[in-house]
Amino acid sequence: MIETGEILQTMKMIQEENFDIRTITLGINLLDCSHPDANKCAQRVYDKICKKAEHLVRTGEEIETEFGIPIVNKRISVTPVSLICQEDPRPIARALDHAAESVGVNFLGGYSALMHKGATLADERILASIPEVLSETKLLCSSVNVASSRSGINMNAVREMGEIIKKTAEMTADHDGLGCAKLVVFANAVEDNPFMAGAFCGVGEPECAINVGVSGPGVVKVALESVRGQPFDIIAETIKRTAFKITRVGQLVAREASQRLNIPFGIVDLSLAPTPARGDSVAHILTEMGLEMAGAPGTTAALALLNDAVKKGGVMASNHVGGLSGAFIPVSEDIGMIEAAADGALSLEKLEAMTCVCSVGLDMIAIPGDTSASAISGIIADEAAIGVVNNKTTAVRIIPAVGKKAGDRVEFGGLLGYAPVMPVNTKGNEAFIARGGRIPAPLHSLRN
Amino acid sequence: MTKALISVTGLDTTGIIASVATKLSEMNINILDITQTILDGYFTMMMVVDLDGANMDFEEIDKRLQPVRESLKMSIHMQRMDIFDAMHRI
Repeated sequence: MIETGEILQTMKMIQEENFDIRTITLGINLLDCSHPDANKCAQRVYDKICKKAEHLVRTGEEIETEFGIPIVNKRISVTPVSLICQEDPRPIARALDHAAESVGVNFLGGYSALMHKGATLADERILASIPEVLSETKLLCSSVNVASSRSGINMNAVREMGEIIKKTAEMTADHDGLGCAKLVVFANAVEDNPFMAGAFCGVGEPECAINVGVSGPGVVKVALESVRGQPFDIIAETIKRTAFKITRVGQLVAREASQRLNIPFGIVDLSLAPTPARGDSVAHILTEMGLEMAGAPGTTAALALLNDAVKKGGVMASNHVGGLSGAFIPVSEDIGMIEAAADGALSLEKLEAMTCVCSVGLDMIAIPGDTSASAISGIIADEAAIGVVNNKTTAVRIIPAVGKKAGDRVEFGGLLGYAPVMPVNTKGNEAFIARGGRIPAPLHSLRN
Repeated sequence: MTKALISVTGLDTTGIIASVATKLSEMNINILDITQTILDGYFTMMMVVDLDGANMDFEEIDKRLQPVRESLKMSIHMQRMDIFDAMHRI
């Protein structure tokens, strides 16, 4: 029998420490929806999503009620649209957004192109349409994979993405560049990620799959409060225990959703995903370890420990672990990160270092509106290099704040939060980015 | 067996257990375990129940507890026991 203390601990995690299931994401294969006529393809896409995801939101809400655990988002990820579009992809984009709205999900990801080695005609069409599509749709998210450890970095794609991010920001300037919050550039993108903006249903995935992302940085922070002053061995152990408990609930929810929807369980993503709410911050876990603010010397080591312990604790708690698994450090979505960035404690360069040891990358960072496209491409290339060399997923989701400069503030609202505009190194790199071509895949032996 | 935890909290008054237990009995829900305590006049009870006898879905059971909530002016929260088992038992 479960003891009263254990029941109260679970309740406290949910009610006071912001423990929640961040998302149930339904992956749907759309390869069979391809059609030479873009409108017919769009219709097939719409019909299939509405059929497969018909009960997703309702089922999520039922589980939420019955188990007493908040499930913040219900989402859909689909096959990268570049793989199904044979001509103009924009009707498909509209169909995806419309389908997401019809079934009531919070986001739909997969307006994506995989071009880590080179671009197909479809990839080029997707890229060209991204600014317009993200300015006209509400729930659709887009991602582009520009690099992989096996194929190196596609610098043509990197160059193009710098321009596309700028254009997307300009076309959504009325909303502080919100379009860019729905656009992520990846190295080593994963196929079963339930988190946005980078979720898509990869070609190795089954027809449909349930992927669940957990959350709960607040729970880890509170657990660490009980071991103040103790050595790191104890810190690591405490995080592992907490991550195990959190993930067990993620596994339960995933299993339950899978059974009720009669859709196979894919993975649990062991992530600590913050929200802008106080008490739901990854940065505050780092400060609990003894740093004055995120960004202080020692931050990278603290984050490395956290990320590793979360994975070690979580991996035992779930049948299948996947996605982006690790601690997220999105600036605008984490009150501790926002404060550190506003204070100047956290720079873009320190964030880059932090991404070497955690999931996923430079995330939700507002930069001055006059940052050049080549500077953005340079940031993407640097981040991709970290991912490619270290065999990990890295990503860039940055928002040029049109008409704003370093120190100003952008607001996205909801889970996306708000962020101070962070300065970018202004030294030129145009000649570097203009080269194009491909940076070869790195050697994976002689590791130093 | 579909086990659920019913937690009842609020200002102490007479007949709390009786009211909740009567309503559960009307729905043919068997009580498996009860722990109860009073802290500074604040009543806290946790009941483990078996929902299978009720022959109605979770939402309906929860809805039928609503009049009890209102008459006792207490928070009555029901959730499946699985979440506690998952978190605390391997």
